[in-house]
Amino acid sequence: MDTIFLQVLNGLDKGGAYALIALGLTLVFGTLGVVNFAHGAIFMLGAFCAVSFNQLLTMSKKVKDESITFFEAFKEQPYLEIWFGDTGTMIIDYSVPISLVLAVPVMLVIGLVMERGLIRHFYKRSHAEQILFTFGMAIVLQEIIKSIFGANPIPAPAPDIVSGSAAIGAAIGLGDSVVYPWWRLIYLAFAAIVIGAVFAFLKLTTFGMVVRAGIHDKETVGLLGINIERRFTIIFGLAAVVSGLAGVMYAPILPPDYHLGMDFLVLSFVVVVVGGMGSLEGAVAAGFLLGILQSFASMNEIKSILPGIDQIIIYLVAVVILLVRPRGLMGKKGVMED
Amino acid sequence: MSTDKKNGSSCSRRTVLKSGAALGAASAMPMFYTRDAWAAKDFRNNPGNASSVTIGFNVPQSGAYADEGADELRAFKLAVKHLNGEGDGGMMQTMKPMNLTGNGILGKKVEFVTGDTQTKSDAARASAKRMIEKDRVIMFSGGSSSGVAVAVQGLAQEMGVIFMAGLTHSNDTTGKDKRRYGFRHFFNAYMSGAALGPVLESEYGTNRRAYHLTADYTWGWTQEESIKNTTEALGWETAKTVRTPVGAGDFSQYITPVLNSGADVLILNHYGKDMINSLTQAIQFGLRDKNVNGKDFQIIVPLFSRLMAQGAGENIKGILGTTNWNWALQDAGSQAFVKAFGQEYGFPPSQAAHTCYVQTLLYANACEMAGTFYPPEVIKQLEGFKFDGMGNGPTEYRAEDHQCFKDVLVVKGNQNPSSQFDLLEIVQEVPRAQVEYDAKIFGGELGPYEV
Repeated sequence: MDTIFLQVLNGLDKGGAYALIALGLTLVFGTLGVVNFAHGAIFMLGAFCAVSFNQLLTMSKKVKDESITFFEAFKEQPYLEIWFGDTGTMIIDYSVPISLVLAVPVMLVIGLVMERGLIRHFYKRSHAEQILFTFGMAIVLQEIIKSIFGANPIPAPAPDIVSGSAAIGAAIGLGDSVVYPWWRLIYLAFAAIVIGAVFAFLKLTTFGMVVRAGIHDKETVGLLGINIERRFTIIFGLAAVVSGLAGVMYAPILPPDYHLGMDFLVLSFVVVVVGGMGSLEGAVAAGFLLGILQSFASMNEIKSILPGIDQIIIYLVAVVILLVRPRGLMGKKGVMED
Repeated sequence: MSTDKKNGSSCSRRTVLKSGAALGAASAMPMFYTRDAWAAKDFRNNPGNASSVTIGFNVPQSGAYADEGADELRAFKLAVKHLNGEGDGGMMQTMKPMNLTGNGILGKKVEFVTGDTQTKSDAARASAKRMIEKDRVIMFSGGSSSGVAVAVQGLAQEMGVIFMAGLTHSNDTTGKDKRRYGFRHFFNAYMSGAALGPVLESEYGTNRRAYHLTADYTWGWTQEESIKNTTEALGWETAKTVRTPVGAGDFSQYITPVLNSGADVLILNHYGKDMINSLTQAIQFGLRDKNVNGKDFQIIVPLFSRLMAQGAGENIKGILGTTNWNWALQDAGSQAFVKAFGQEYGFPPSQAAHTCYVQTLLYANACEMAGTFYPPEVIKQLEGFKFDGMGNGPTEYRAEDHQCFKDVLVVKGNQNPSSQFDLLEIVQEVPRAQVEYDAKIFGGELGPYEV
């Protein structure tokens, strides 16, 4: 029971990341009709926002290390610590949460520039051309990051206060052995909040209502004198912010490297297809579902029966679902069927 | 008598003398030419009359072992500098016996090319092939991955170019996959197990249940096997062995089952960034705070390095493992190398750097001893070569499997480091005799000298 509970948490955690990326993908596809293969790169850029901010805060002065005697060694002391002492140390410790704030405008600008500057020129092209273009853009973005930050993963640690684990087993009546890292719990809560906020924004605000109407019938909304294109551009920016923030928060879980976006992109597209192209609810449900399935497939009991199943489970499930429900779990008729 | 002479049917004294002289000259002839016999033969990438030779450094510059690769490259560059007579000479001051003069190799200036193995066997082979065919390297070296070492070692044998392995710890490298053209200075998983066993017994007793997380490739498999054999010989039970993909990043789904497995020891057969991630995540999941079967939960990392300790930070404290070499060793060779490396780069070298530096010098020295770059002659000089002054005490390149035998270090994550580099505390310098084994136990064939 304890193991199953922990695997569910692992799955939800991973599923949270899949769902957040898939949500952005679906928003862009639903509004602009673009299959954006550069969306994974946006997730990666978000993670590098956390890395950049951490590096900015830890800019250091080289100080001679007196403990090394037989060669001249230096250690780095961050300026923030020199100037502000313990307060400086604390600011550095909280670099990831602080970079969330920084990431919002940065990712919004990146999203808007990407849409206005490049992607809008491909609206009237075929899906195949859109895919080729956005995939190329993803490669360019990851190569830029590689040239700036190098090929190796760069850690961006969570604050010390949440670097340990929470005794959730004792809290909910399971065994004392059931513990789970604080930051992963925070990530799960964060994913739930962001997903909830996006849905609330689309369902409860006038802006969201117009966007939803535009998704269903763009021409009629346009005839009412509403500049729906502008709203769709903002939605592209919003999707970039959602994925970027998901990347920032994921940085302490998995030190980001330039390839992070590609690793998640493929899985997220499977999530979108399984959930149903154009369905926001489907993307979220499929994200969590596939995360949990992947987690369970890693259990020793399962792997002893089906070795290697943890590596292919997501694709296997996708095949089965598409055979049974060709439009995905919550896909709508007519979407991408032209 | 005269009749006999006329007929010429019997040998005169003169004839005997002439014949003897001719025979002597004929039998002496090969002796004149044996030393230079190779001179008549051409071989791949023979530098001939060129004023320089090129060697190739094929290291992981990306992937899970990139930190080790970067340090290896630093050491290679330093070795080239010393071979060319620049800098303070490092271990060339302490190595015994030593034929190097600081005038390159055999009077030719040493140049180098580098490649990125990407920690992938196919990329490493492609990179090595490019070095051999395009850059015409006379020898190539590097690591860090046993999968890579085994793959490029096979290429070395096929193409007749010597490969001096960098960091590779799998038993297979000098076991079932050994090659005549491949040499390993680094220790192996068997030696780690043999060194670690007695320390584990004294620290954690004989009644433990171990859970292995193992990198799913040749190194992980052989380390798991060696450590499992060692711990089971101590009386420990093996709860489970689980294979994890290299570069998995997120190990949470593999760590969660450990929590309720009944195991009281987690053995991480991971290296580089994989080990940093798996150890950090194991700590985040509270494993070290657990008490199982009435005992404190322990984590063991059989193959340790200071670079990994640096990456894992506080999490490494108190964790036992083994290492090939450590910068804190006090012998003259180690100190000379640390000083030279420290002056060049501002921090001490890792074990990966040490082994690569030593391998470069050993190859160069073997060429000097052979008086040629002709690979079969250089190989013969390295086989059975006994040396000292390179750290780890007296060392021998065993001829049967091209494995170096020397003292092995059992280390522990330092609880109270005196400097930013003082991350590993040496628990024991295990003598070479304790880690030696019969070359036959791992099988394999070296293959021919001439290819």
